[in-house]
Amino acid sequence: MSAATAAAAACLLLEDVTVAYGGRAALEGVTMSVPHGAQVAIVGPNGAGKSTLFKALVGLLPVRSGTMLLSDRAPGKHGDTIAYVPQREEIDWGFPVTVHDVVMMGRYGSLGWFHRPKAADREVVARCLDELGIAELERRAIGELSGGQQQRVFLARALAQEPHVLLLDEPFTGVDVGAREALLTLLDKLRGRGITVLVSTHDMETAAQRFELTALLNRRLIAYGEPATVFTQEHLSEAFGGQALFLGGMAVIDQCCEGHLGDGEGHGHSHEPPVGP
Amino acid sequence: MITWLTDPFTLQFMQRALLASLIVGVLCSVIGTFVVLRAMAFLGDALAHAILPGVAIAYLLGANLLIGALVAAILVAVGIGVFSRRGGLKEDTAIGILFAAALAFGVLLMSTVRSYATDLTHILFGNVLGVSVADLWLTGILAVIVLTVLIVFFKEFQLASFDPVLAHMLGKRPETLRFAMLILLALTIVVGLQTVGVGLVAAMLVTPAATAYLLTRRLAAMMAVSAVIGAASSVAGLYASYYLNVASGAAVVLIATAAFLLAYIFAPRRGLFARRALRRAA
Repeated sequence: MSAATAAAAACLLLEDVTVAYGGRAALEGVTMSVPHGAQVAIVGPNGAGKSTLFKALVGLLPVRSGTMLLSDRAPGKHGDTIAYVPQREEIDWGFPVTVHDVVMMGRYGSLGWFHRPKAADREVVARCLDELGIAELERRAIGELSGGQQQRVFLARALAQEPHVLLLDEPFTGVDVGAREALLTLLDKLRGRGITVLVSTHDMETAAQRFELTALLNRRLIAYGEPATVFTQEHLSEAFGGQALFLGGMAVIDQCCEGHLGDGEGHGHSHEPPVGP
Repeated sequence: MITWLTDPFTLQFMQRALLASLIVGVLCSVIGTFVVLRAMAFLGDALAHAILPGVAIAYLLGANLLIGALVAAILVAVGIGVFSRRGGLKEDTAIGILFAAALAFGVLLMSTVRSYATDLTHILFGNVLGVSVADLWLTGILAVIVLTVLIVFFKEFQLASFDPVLAHMLGKRPETLRFAMLILLALTIVVGLQTVGVGLVAAMLVTPAATAYLLTRRLAAMMAVSAVIGAASSVAGLYASYYLNVASGAAVVLIATAAFLLAYIFAPRRGLFARRALRRAA
């Protein structure tokens, strides 16, 4: 593939993609294209298929119909070029590995089955640890770290893969404000390096303010484009149904406890930016 | 004191027993780290019992019991792999079915023989004092094969155990590795039969590794500590068996269990006291 066609082609191309999860379609007829180097926030309620989309992109779930291309290649044929940071509850924090061990795993794709990490790999690991500001935690076990530090370990591992595409599954969930800002700063740096980033999130405020493109998803792709055109009252109602409440130009989304709207307790309300036209 | 320590090993069968115990202690404990980390304890137990029909058939044919066990273990490991992958069954269901069927088949075969008692009791409960030179060779060769595979592909097994998703993305075939681990586990169980027996081999796969888990923070260290605990328990169990005249397999497992309890209470980071102190500090 020549450099010219790579630049011309979209980094991520989905055409009428349907992905099934346990026999049930979790994503239906999704069509969208993401340009190289773009940063896209994927927003939608629980069970909207955000994680399903990512798992299909990395080749963990089969695409039932339609075409899905990442840098002109089908999912699962990428090796190092896609890095995926899973949701924190998918990681076994009790596993006996140090921060250094985990970040080094990002290098395993470029190492053959019989090869041990070389000096060049250790340099990459050291650089990524530095970049995330966790070099001094190198020898600690991952289970001993705070939530924000743990997230940085997995971001460092993703960078150690030297990817073209970075997928972050719910990175703003379960971390404090400091970790959230650190992540946004990192994303700004990655923008300069031409790494395409897809982030799934519940946090519509961050999506609207810090991402140039947003996709609103609820099994189907409801809207995709600049945040102002995506977060309209009409689109939000369609995505969140009864969970969305509109108060004088503000959208309030009840994202806790699907189907229990109005039982009066335990609701996490997120206050959203002004609704567009 | 010195003679107390060396006395047992002036006897040749005790020398063989010592060597066999050490090999089994180290091997079970090392592969046991993966059994513990991947929550495969039930699988280990099932494999150990599923070996019975192979042993019974070998016994009926007058063949080497270990080879019968080896064939049965590999067949069961393959069966579990195939049923849980192709059949869409959860792995523990597939294990449960094969476990019960193999055990029943083994008992069925055994019940046709009148004089099976002694040899099969040894397979069930281990008879390290009866290890022959041929057994020792087979044990040694299998142990070298298993440990070599684990060391050469250490980073792949580590990655596939910790993060199968990344392993998949990096083209490290976590399914193949899981299958390979099943086969290695089957080989290990066969090796363990001689010394601790079917009934207790599962304990040697889990207990030293669980103890090491409490004491370490890296996989390689966990393997090393587990190996030391496994070897020490095996040797200590052998002394107990010699001087107290008790069953060696049971003694080995109980000593390993005592080590586990000590670690559970006193381990610096994950022990009972450490965790309590941490909670108080928080």
